[in-house]
Amino acid sequence: MQVFKLSQAELDSMIRHFGSLGMVYTPAAGKQPSARTDCAPGWQPADGAPLALATGPSATSVKTFFFPQPETMQTFSVKNNYPDRGLLREPETLTEKQIVVGLRPCDARSVLLNNLPYREDPYYQANMARTVLVGFTCDAMCSTCFCDRMGGSPMATEGLDIAVSRLDHGFAAEILTARGEELLAGLKLTPAGISELDELAGRRQAAPQADAAGLDALKERDLNRLYEAPLWQQLGESCINCGACTFVCPTCYCFDVQDEVVRGTGRRIRYWDSCMFPLYSLHTSGHNPRGQKMQRTRNRFMHKLKYFPDRFGPFSCVGCGRCVKDCPVNIDIREVMGDLLTVE
Amino acid sequence: MISYLPYPVRIDDIVVETEDGNLKTFKLVFEDEAQKLAWRHVPGQFAMLSVAGQGEIPIGIASSPTEPDHLLFTVSRAGKVTTALHQMHAGERMGVRGPLGNGFPITTDMKGKNIVIIAGGFAVTTLRATLIYLLAHRQDYGTITFIYGARTPGMLLYREELKQWAERSDVDLHVTIDREAPGWDGLVGFVPTIAGQVAPSPDNSVALICGPPIMIKFTMPPLEKIGWTNDQVYLSLENRMKCGQGVCCHCNVGPKLVCKDGPVFTRTQVNKLPVEY
Repeated sequence: MQVFKLSQAELDSMIRHFGSLGMVYTPAAGKQPSARTDCAPGWQPADGAPLALATGPSATSVKTFFFPQPETMQTFSVKNNYPDRGLLREPETLTEKQIVVGLRPCDARSVLLNNLPYREDPYYQANMARTVLVGFTCDAMCSTCFCDRMGGSPMATEGLDIAVSRLDHGFAAEILTARGEELLAGLKLTPAGISELDELAGRRQAAPQADAAGLDALKERDLNRLYEAPLWQQLGESCINCGACTFVCPTCYCFDVQDEVVRGTGRRIRYWDSCMFPLYSLHTSGHNPRGQKMQRTRNRFMHKLKYFPDRFGPFSCVGCGRCVKDCPVNIDIREVMGDLLTVE
Repeated sequence: MISYLPYPVRIDDIVVETEDGNLKTFKLVFEDEAQKLAWRHVPGQFAMLSVAGQGEIPIGIASSPTEPDHLLFTVSRAGKVTTALHQMHAGERMGVRGPLGNGFPITTDMKGKNIVIIAGGFAVTTLRATLIYLLAHRQDYGTITFIYGARTPGMLLYREELKQWAERSDVDLHVTIDREAPGWDGLVGFVPTIAGQVAPSPDNSVALICGPPIMIKFTMPPLEKIGWTNDQVYLSLENRMKCGQGVCCHCNVGPKLVCKDGPVFTRTQVNKLPVEY
C-alpha cells in the first residue's frame, strides 16, 4: 500500500483531476434536493472548489450511489399492435465511472454490509464495479457518532479505495486498492515520509478503536426473548413510523418495485421502501402481519440487531448516527441497544 | 447472479374454475424454447407473474414438473395485477419469473413415506402440482391421502381432475364442502373434522397442509390426537413480496424470508417464528 502526502492545494487539484476520469460527487451542505437531476439529495457534482467537510458523516448516505432511487430494472412498451408489447427488457448496464469523494469510514463500511444481501444482485454489483470511493477519515466525532461501538472506527479504511486523513500539516492519502491506484495514475505525488507515516499511525492509534464486544452479547441472546421484550411497547408508542430513520440509514436496503407507464412506454423501477409503513407488509386480502405501529418499529431494530447478524454475521448498523439526529421523536438506537442487552 | 427479468410467456388457455368467477387457471407457454427446456421446478415452489405496466405478484405453481409443456397458475382476483390478469385473453403475452422458493421435500423427507395432503380453499394449487407429481412417481411413495375442502361444490378447483382421482385406487381422496348443497352427495364438514376421521397413522408419514390459518390451526389437534408431531407436518407460508429472491426484505417472518427460506416450512420451524405471516 502506498501513502502520499498532500497539501490542501494538492488535494484540491487531485479531486479536480478525478473529473477527467468520471463523474465526481462530493457531499452537499445539506439535504436539499440538488438542482442537478443527475445527483441525489445531499450530494453535488464536484465543482472544483476546495472541499470543506463538516464533522461527522455527510447529510445523506452513500447508498444512493449503489442503490439509486429509482433504479430502472426493465423497460417495456404497452402500445397496442406493437410487436414487443408486454415484453420486458433489461436496460443497458451503466459503466460510467462515478467517484465519490468525502464519504466517512462509517459509510464506506455500509457499502460492504449491504453487499452481503446484494452479493448476487446485478444492479448493485454493476454500481459496485463503477464506483470508486475516496473517503476522509474523521479526526473528530459528533455527539451522535458511535461507529466504534458497531465494529468500525473513525480512522478506519475498510471499504475505501483511497483514504485521506488530516495531518498536522496537510493530508495523508492511503491508496488501498488497484482502483484507487488507477485514479492517481499520471499524477505527480510525494510519497509520505517517515514522520508523516508515524503521525498517521499515531492518530490511528489514538482514535477510538472498534469495539463490538459489548454488543456481541446480543448475538447470543434468544431471538424470541428479544422479540417479546416489553421495551417495544414503549418504543412503539413514541415512534410515529415516519420512516426518516430508514431513508437516512446507510444500511437500510429494502426496496419496492413498481411499474410506471407514460404514453405507452413503461419502465419497472425499484426504489427505497421502509418497513415503517403499513403498506410494506399488507396482504392484498387486507390481512397485515405487522399491522400495528409497534410491530413495525420492532421489525426495524430486530432486523438490524438480530435478524441480519443471525443471517450474515455483522450488525446492520455502522453507527453513523443519522437516525439519532433525524428522528423527530428522539428515538436513539444506542439506548435501544442498551435496553436490549438488559433483556434476560 | 440473480435475475429480475421475467421470461416472456403466452397465455395458451384460461379456465374459469369457480362459480363466483373469481378464480381462473392460466395455462402459460414459453415463447423461447430454450427457456422452456431450462425451466425446472419442484411442487410447492412459486413464481412471480408479471404484467407489464401493472407489476408482479407471487403465485404458487399449480402444474407439476411432470407436465413439462406448460405452466399452470390458478389466480384469485384480488388486487391490481390479478385484476389485470383476469381481464387478459388467450394469446396475450405476460411474464413469469422463477421458479422461486424451496418447494415440498418430494425427493428427501417425503420419499418412501405415506403422504397426507390437506387443502382448504384455493390453497390447493401447489398441492395439485404435488399430487400430479406423486402419481407420476407412484412407486416412490407409500399411501397417498388427499383431503380437500371448499365452501361449496362450485368453489372446488380442478373438478374434472378430482373426478379422475376419485376413480383411482392408488389415491385415497376425500373431498368435502362446508354445508349441504343441492346435488352434492359427497362429504360435508370442515376440513379439520374430515382430517380427524380419515387421516392415517403417523407412522412413516408426512403431511402437507395448505389453507387459511384458521383451518391449519384446527387441523392440528385431531392429527396430534392420533400421534402426529410437528416435524412431520409441512406448511406453506405467504407474505407480501417484491423480489422473491431474498433481497427486498418484504416477506420476512422475523428472521426468515418466506421467499428464500420458504415458502415451505415444517410446523416445528413455524412455531419458532414470530407470528408475522
